[in-house]
Amino acid sequence: MREIAPVLEVEDLCVSYGKVEALHHANLMVGAGQIVTVIGPNGAGKTTMLSAVMGLLPCSRGQIRFQGQLRSAAEVEEMVALGANLVPESRALFGEMSVEDNLLLGAFTRYRSGDRDSAGTMEEVFRIFPRLKERRTQHAGTLSGGERQMLALARALMAKPKLLMLDEPSLGLAPLIVKDIFRVIASLKDTGVAILLVEQNARAALQVADYAYVLETGEIALEGPSRQLIDDPKVVESYLGLGGRH
Amino acid sequence: MNIEIALLLGQDGLTNGAIYALLSVALVLVFAVTRVIYIPQGEFVAFGALTLASFQVGKTPGTLWLLIGAGVVVALVDLSSALRSGQRRHIPRIVGWNLAYPAVVAGVIHLFTPAELPLLAQIVLSLALVVPLGPMTYRLAYQPLAEASVLVLLIVSVAVHLALVGLGLLFFGAEGSRTPAFSEGSLSVGSLTVSGQTLWVLGASLTLIVVLALFFERTIYGKALRATAMNRTGARLMGISTVMAGKLSFLLASLIGALSGILIAPITTIYYDTGFLIGLKGFVGAIVGALSSYPLAAAGALLVGLLEAFSSFWASAFKEVIVFTLIIPVLVWLSLTTRHVEEEE
Repeated sequence: MREIAPVLEVEDLCVSYGKVEALHHANLMVGAGQIVTVIGPNGAGKTTMLSAVMGLLPCSRGQIRFQGQLRSAAEVEEMVALGANLVPESRALFGEMSVEDNLLLGAFTRYRSGDRDSAGTMEEVFRIFPRLKERRTQHAGTLSGGERQMLALARALMAKPKLLMLDEPSLGLAPLIVKDIFRVIASLKDTGVAILLVEQNARAALQVADYAYVLETGEIALEGPSRQLIDDPKVVESYLGLGGRH
Repeated sequence: MNIEIALLLGQDGLTNGAIYALLSVALVLVFAVTRVIYIPQGEFVAFGALTLASFQVGKTPGTLWLLIGAGVVVALVDLSSALRSGQRRHIPRIVGWNLAYPAVVAGVIHLFTPAELPLLAQIVLSLALVVPLGPMTYRLAYQPLAEASVLVLLIVSVAVHLALVGLGLLFFGAEGSRTPAFSEGSLSVGSLTVSGQTLWVLGASLTLIVVLALFFERTIYGKALRATAMNRTGARLMGISTVMAGKLSFLLASLIGALSGILIAPITTIYYDTGFLIGLKGFVGAIVGALSSYPLAAAGALLVGLLEAFSSFWASAFKEVIVFTLIIPVLVWLSLTTRHVEEEE
């Protein structure tokens, strides 16, 4: 169906919290340089899926292939080393550290593996987020909501990821800033990084994505190229109606 | 009390306070990174001092057997988990640190006669022997329970403390030891005589604190430790492994502990169980810093040292009572001023 080499392949993935299965037999693929989005209502299992792919949660069943390699019981640290990076919904910044130190730690794994050119990467990242350059000595905890999201994104980019997973990057942000963030996400495509975007803001997500999955109560209910889904009456009714237009 | 006695007590208090300050900083570090209240810290004080004393009287310290034994156990545990998860690339590192390194230390002790080496070499050898026990303790006692509650980790700490005290008695016997001063001579300022060892203690403590501050502020590993303390998940997502951070903080703590013991061994007689009381006083300092602020913890520890010195003059029988009572008003104050934060997960 899609002829692009896959970065991430998820097959038959099941994840449970205790006895409750939060994700049932999910299949998903992200191709190189693609933006793929997973949309769906609150509690559909979107965050669970990202956490399982990243190794934060154990999978009870299924396979995850990263860059063609089967990943067996990998640790988060190993996924980062392989080139996967997750920006969680909470942003998980280091609040009492400067913007610069946050970015520096984004390159921690590269530093450990001997790639010590964090200054060069930081300049590239500052080109994408000039605002962060102005705030470089400020503590992350003092930034505004939009700036925090930018810092979280920028910190992830410091690792030079091959796959960037974004969990609700627009959550809690003012509409203008959401626009900014999505502009940046769309522009990241040119850098060649593959992006797996989880969003409740379905309209914005479908506009930047190449391919989309709709997740409902732990199951993939629908999938297809974003351009088709954006006109799909079912999607329009459930996700792009008045409720999803913010 | 005249001015001379006050100065003498002040000097005494600052010397001990400097040691407590080092220990309190280590306790804050370990707690911030791993949520472990590190009671066995005191045993590293005793092990450091007594290992050095053993070298000086020409005995092989029992801590060498502990290093070899702990190394074998850690190697077995790590190798089996590496083989089970198919991560063979870790094997050289596991064997190197846990089997080869203790063997090298044993070899050095066997080849050279430590009693005839200069003091500095003896100190380095003592540290090389005792410090790796810290990360090994973390691996065996704490790492399997890394996700447990603070209370469970505290109970583990009590158990590790009791086990190490028992081993201390086995290795070094019930008699105390004192090592010779680092340098002869003293400094006279007016009517006050400052002993050389006091200067060593103050100088070394100050240097170590500056080095630690630079480590946390300037190096990427120091920043990684602080990041783990601030946001564990965030740090993991950067590839900073919780295990690595835990081992590194235990390494620093045992270095600080062993060095503290070596510094005070010429001033006080150290017994196998002396470390506990010294560590507890560092803990009082750490409590003053609410187990989170390094400068406050160090200041609190200095206060503990001074309080101890002066109360030993006025009410020597109640010296310990007074020092440990300090914790009550501090805890009341903290519980009134700090918003209660739910424990992470």
